[in-house]
Amino acid sequence: MAERKTVRKWFWVWEFDKEERWLNQMALSGWALVEVGFCRYVFDACEPGAYIIRLQMSPGDENYLDFLKDTGAEYIGRVTKWIYLRRDAALGDFQLFSDNSSRLEHLGWIARMLLVIGVMNLVIGVVNSFNGTNLGAINLICATLLMYGLGRIHGKMESLEKDRELEE
Amino acid sequence: MNNDIALTESTYYILLSLYEPQHGYGIMQRTEQLSGGRVKLAAGTLYGALSSMTERGWIRPLPGESGSRKKEYCLTKEGLLALKNELDRLKELVQNGETILGGENDG
Repeated sequence: MAERKTVRKWFWVWEFDKEERWLNQMALSGWALVEVGFCRYVFDACEPGAYIIRLQMSPGDENYLDFLKDTGAEYIGRVTKWIYLRRDAALGDFQLFSDNSSRLEHLGWIARMLLVIGVMNLVIGVVNSFNGTNLGAINLICATLLMYGLGRIHGKMESLEKDRELEE
Repeated sequence: MNNDIALTESTYYILLSLYEPQHGYGIMQRTEQLSGGRVKLAAGTLYGALSSMTERGWIRPLPGESGSRKKEYCLTKEGLLALKNELDRLKELVQNGETILGGENDG
């Protein structure tokens, strides 16, 4: 049986590209992602660079996974709405998005999710603060953090939009 | 039908690949082959594009054969028209470029 190890690590939602880079670094150094959980990553030993790992927010459509499988991608697992995929590096470069319109659409889904959860926290936080519950502060901190994340995602979207003014 | 729209490169090649019915992976391969390996459609991009084009009525899924989970798509009349309009637009672009730049490329 292959050697296995579990790593606990935390990434903010808006750092998904950093998370993806880290997972690919692991694959390059001979550790292929086989299982994901909340802040938990399980790796099996593999040939260094045997896989390319990608993650994305799921479009919420079950047929999508079948569609991906047809293109040679393997589904590793999901955490909430995020799906983790890998493909044999021998099949060539593996990307989920190949143009800026679809990259922007993907960032748009993430932005919407952050906005909804952020506003929910804001409302709960304000209501709880008026009720004199100390818990309100926690929701307000969460809301601030999520709004910061939303700002980061919007920053990424703006730079893509700028590219799109001149090129496809 | 709006004649002034410009299709994206992905949209153009997806429609062109669907001149004959294809499933998703077939579209990716056909596009890569047609463009001599230059245009590689990624799965997420293609999946999103297929659903927007279906909504627009440019393509439609073919009734699936039982036991096959691979959905095949084909071009509709509207899709063919969009493709022909785009071809006219591209011809105009090429013609103007050639007229103005003339022999610049020959060097």
